[in-house]
Amino acid sequence: MTNPVITVKFFASLREVVGQGEAEIAQSDGQTVIDIWNSSTNNMIQPENTLMAVNMDYVDAAHPVKAGDEVAFFPPVTGG
Amino acid sequence: MLIEIKESAFEPYQRLLDYQSESGFTGKYGATAVFVGSMREFNQGDDVEAMQLEHYPGMTEKYLEKISQEAAEKWDILDSLIVHRVGEMLPNDPIVLVAVWSAHRAAAFDASRYLMEELKSRAPFWKKESLSNESRWVEKNT
Repeated sequence: MTNPVITVKFFASLREVVGQGEAEIAQSDGQTVIDIWNSSTNNMIQPENTLMAVNMDYVDAAHPVKAGDEVAFFPPVTGG
Repeated sequence: MLIEIKESAFEPYQRLLDYQSESGFTGKYGATAVFVGSMREFNQGDDVEAMQLEHYPGMTEKYLEKISQEAAEKWDILDSLIVHRVGEMLPNDPIVLVAVWSAHRAAAFDASRYLMEELKSRAPFWKKESLSNESRWVEKNT
């Protein structure tokens, strides 16, 4: 059974800018990653260099999203 | 091939010895390349008192497994180990250990460099530094 929602996660400075770490968005046909950003941030302008992942793999903004997916947005990484 | 995310301080050289002694490749390797990254007490001209290291649980491990697999396909290596710290840390704390074992040195050097560079450029970790009067996100890796 698929879940009719998309889980959205924000990390690090982007979580602070957006004001939340996690959200759920209703799924609809034809959604892409940038649509998920717009729905979950109230159309906030996406900071340059934002990285995006679907189900923990890097994707670009035009990547399609389906019910049950986990979509994540985060700034450039600084580990190591 | 092992990935570990540590929420408290770890001793990289002890971890290396323990992993190596439990491995099945004793007698097979002629080269071990080791990289240890530690927290500095300064950054961008400021004294840094502490640091918070955040990660994306699940994706971080998945990404580190992916690059470990890639290294094993690109070079003739016997094994690799990546240990990375998260959470609150203090200057001089080890942040990351990358170790690669191979029969000859070239593969160990090249694969460990590859793992470390891929980790720095794409593994989802983020540093937030505490200075004496403010905290700030580190915006780019050097």
